[in-house]
Amino acid sequence: MTDTPLVRLRDLHKSFGDLHVLRGIDLTLDKGEVVCVIGPSGSGKSTLLRCVNLLEQPDSGEVLVDGEDLTDPDCDIDGARRHIGMVFQQFNLFPHLRALENCTTALTTVAKRSKAEAEDTAIHNLERVGLADKVREYPAKLSGGQQQRVAIARALSMDPALMLFDEPTSALDPETVGEVLTVMRQLAEDGMTMLVVTHEMAFAREVADRVVFMDEGVIVEQGRPDEVVGQPREERTRTFLKRILDPTHVGPT
Amino acid sequence: MTAAVDAAPRRRLSPRKRAQRWRLVQYGVLVAAIALAVVLADWGQIAEVFFDPSLIQETYERGLPEAFYYTIVYTAGAFVYGMVTGTILALMKLSPVGPYRWLATAYIEFFRGLPAIIVLIAISLMPLAFPGLLFPLQPYFPVWLGLGIVGSAYIAETMRAGVQAVPKGQVEAARSLGMTAGQAMRKITLPQALRIVLPPLTNELILLTKDSSLVFILGITVAQSDLTAYGREIANAESNLTPLVVAGFAYLLITLPLSLIVRRMEASAARAR
Repeated sequence: MTDTPLVRLRDLHKSFGDLHVLRGIDLTLDKGEVVCVIGPSGSGKSTLLRCVNLLEQPDSGEVLVDGEDLTDPDCDIDGARRHIGMVFQQFNLFPHLRALENCTTALTTVAKRSKAEAEDTAIHNLERVGLADKVREYPAKLSGGQQQRVAIARALSMDPALMLFDEPTSALDPETVGEVLTVMRQLAEDGMTMLVVTHEMAFAREVADRVVFMDEGVIVEQGRPDEVVGQPREERTRTFLKRILDPTHVGPT
Repeated sequence: MTAAVDAAPRRRLSPRKRAQRWRLVQYGVLVAAIALAVVLADWGQIAEVFFDPSLIQETYERGLPEAFYYTIVYTAGAFVYGMVTGTILALMKLSPVGPYRWLATAYIEFFRGLPAIIVLIAISLMPLAFPGLLFPLQPYFPVWLGLGIVGSAYIAETMRAGVQAVPKGQVEAARSLGMTAGQAMRKITLPQALRIVLPPLTNELILLTKDSSLVFILGITVAQSDLTAYGREIANAESNLTPLVVAGFAYLLITLPLSLIVRRMEASAARAR
């Protein structure tokens, strides 16, 4: 069982109207693996991520998580999503609930835990992201970095087998990016399986086991970070990385 | 061209000065109108017909508190009915199931377009269509039903707007945690939607309070009459408008605090943004 991948995407296609966003994606994630997806905006990386927990319904192809085909119409998608944590670019914290309640609400309504048990779990996870002192705060009182860490704690409270990160630092002030990345790095070291869409090349290079470069709805190349980010084989990858890593020397095209 | 400009040395008024003069004219008209009213009106007669002190007291003592109570009970019951039905209709209208949407749309458009008084007359005449029909909880049930039906059509549209104003990411976050669509609606979307529509909902409540003056159509006994019916009853008997003025002020006792609350809520919502 251990050698079957935790996530397997097979020939995934997705269109929005005339726009063919995903054009046949095959991707696997082993248990405990950290995979970073990079690529220009509009390349389909967020859509790919959102297909993994079926927030976006693929037009064709298979999404297998832990051996279960989520695209099967008779699949219990709500049950499957419990084990797939997701962190959004805009945090999407519940503004009417305190940090603690953001973490407990799914535990009590979905997992049917008792309130006390749920609060224990929530406090443990808020401590894990370094926010033990913000348990009673409403999201509006927290900085962007703190909000995103609450969002991570909220996802962790469901004890997921897999975590999806959709550009988790893109909406943050530069000085709060670090605290979120630190939490994510810690999570990776703890052995969490992670699929991360990001523009943080330093994070991809240092934390990822594998980097996937996407462009125009296909995976252009993937491999170890030092290969893909360090010595990309494909011209498209080289152009993209030059724009990202050396933005002051890009010609006007 | 330049010569023409030079030849007109008369300086025009600045926009500020022009605005000042124009406002002076407006104040002048207002003062003249008031002066005319003061001179021409028969103030003794007006005071006697609208503000007769002995009638004010009599209106109060003959059962104003009861009428006040019934107005509030009629309105509150109708509002509760309207909220429940309105929320269900809003959810139906947002449903992916076609027939639910059509039903809700038909109900909303129909009852929003009808005068409240027609709905109330129809309810009072229901026994004609269904001989032997007797509403329970007289007189409350038919009142709540009639006013509630009209209120629910408006409340449904308000609630729908509120639900749609909650960002899409909220539902996505809830669903990503494993909540069903229903759980996400109850725990995440509706509480936020309610907060958003609290000011317009309070306006709805004010409108319902005033519409409760129409329930006399349902043939309610004098002992259970609302403020308007009560005031009119005495006004007719005494050939004096004072009881109606008193009843009118009693409405303001309900609606003005509500308006104040709405303004407060809107101000704090603006600050939170």
